Amino acid sequence: MSAFNPERWKPAPLLPKADARDGSLLFVIAVLVFLACLTCIGALAAHRAAEGWNSQLQGSATVVVRPKGIENADASAARAAEALAGVAGVAEARVLEKEKAQALLEPWLGEEALLDDLPVPRLVTLELSRRNPPTTAALEASLAAAGVDATLDDHRLWIADIERGASLARWTALGVFALIAAAAAAVIGFATRAGLAAHHDTIQVLHLYGAQRGFISRLFQLRFARTAGLAGLLGAGAAAIIGATARLTGGGMGLTPVLPVAWTDLAAIAPAPLLAAAVAALAARQACVGLLKEMG
Amino acid sequence: MSRNAEPYPAGDAPALRFADVAMRYGHGPDVLRDVSFELEPGSFHFITGASGAGKSSLLKLIYLAERPSAGRIEMFGQDVVRMAAAERPRLRRRIGVVYQELRLLEHLSAFDNAALPLRLAGHKPAEYRTDVAELLAWVGLKERMDARPSALSGGEKQRLAIARAVVARPHILLADEPTGNVDNEQAMRIVRLFSELNRLGTTVLVASHDEELVARAGQPVLHLHDGRLIPFGGSGGSL
Repeated sequence: MSAFNPERWKPAPLLPKADARDGSLLFVIAVLVFLACLTCIGALAAHRAAEGWNSQLQGSATVVVRPKGIENADASAARAAEALAGVAGVAEARVLEKEKAQALLEPWLGEEALLDDLPVPRLVTLELSRRNPPTTAALEASLAAAGVDATLDDHRLWIADIERGASLARWTALGVFALIAAAAAAVIGFATRAGLAAHHDTIQVLHLYGAQRGFISRLFQLRFARTAGLAGLLGAGAAAIIGATARLTGGGMGLTPVLPVAWTDLAAIAPAPLLAAAVAALAARQACVGLLKEMG
Repeated sequence: MSRNAEPYPAGDAPALRFADVAMRYGHGPDVLRDVSFELEPGSFHFITGASGAGKSSLLKLIYLAERPSAGRIEMFGQDVVRMAAAERPRLRRRIGVVYQELRLLEHLSAFDNAALPLRLAGHKPAEYRTDVAELLAWVGLKERMDARPSALSGGEKQRLAIARAVVARPHILLADEPTGNVDNEQAMRIVRLFSELNRLGTTVLVASHDEELVARAGQPVLHLHDGRLIPFGGSGGSL
């Protein structure tokens, strides 16, 4: 005697439970989302690094002060620093210690050179206001007014090169991220359509028994969106763990100063599971509607 | 018996009308040519013909799985070829089909399979669960309601497919070789079941190559030969 009681029957889900094919789809999408999220973190860190390089160069200048007449280099440098400190937009003017200036020359002159006997120029480093930096003309006028023999290096030559390099790094990182994200979206779409093909018979039966196209496509949209969303969560979660590790082990600026990871970068990958789910749902809908159109 | 998904259409229109219908798959040759016939509401016909004569193709046109390459098909007075895609599901719910390959959903129980057309028509379970149980008992599956199709015998699967086809009291019942996998006794039971439905007003069209069964059923016959409908007399026998 069957124990089945029709009065207690409830309709079973119209789609079969997840099987091995869903597992493969989950794995593929998780890996792709992981890669996309990792490149996203990398692109954001590269952008930050490029900003940092520019900012460091634009926020500083160096003045080379040579001895003039009977005045020694130390006195000239002190007067130059004093004059420059009074220019609007100069946050700090500091004479580089003699030992440090000599250390800068050692690679070219060697340790044996009698640096004390040479008229080694002194360096004055300037920290400039980021909001209202002084013009080169204002700094040069200040030096001329102080009557010192000095040359101003505002890093203009370097800034152009660094800016080009930073821009290249930024666009390369963005391009790699865009490529990986596009490839991930394409593969998610392809894998979803392949997964849908496995349900061809179910779709046909529902279709021939009068289910509306919208009803059938919603069933599959929901199914694949759920799978892709879960995979996205796993992939983005793994990428977030790596990003967080890089941030924690790398000190204040992240893993290295070259690729500084910030906590906000991890927030940027938060929408990844939703995006994966949306792409899968869209692919499932398109494939399902296409299939139903073919079926008549 | 179970409820109707749709009220029977009013008017004197034939249940089905084919006018000079031709059909081909893709760019292949015509599998049906110049097919014209009418089925009155509440009639019972067999379609006979050798394998490859076009019986299944004809049924596919009726259950809207294919479109004709030429001609006109009307169902209950509606031109189904030019019908908007959005209207076709509603028409499909008035057609019950026993497919040659059965097309039972393997992940669903016999009860869920049988209830599928009513569920897709938007009825609530409370409205039809008793009807479905009665129907499954009627086709001899009372003890197999919670079994998956893979656990059913060939005859049981066939009867389940029939139950699913008739559960929503379709206006047209199509069956493609419904006795192909069962013995003679089972085959006659199935034809008797169709006759009972026919007596309740359902238009029945059964494709079969079993000439003996067709002769014993004693219903009018549409005979297909090489894609064309040719005159053929019913035997006038009885079940």
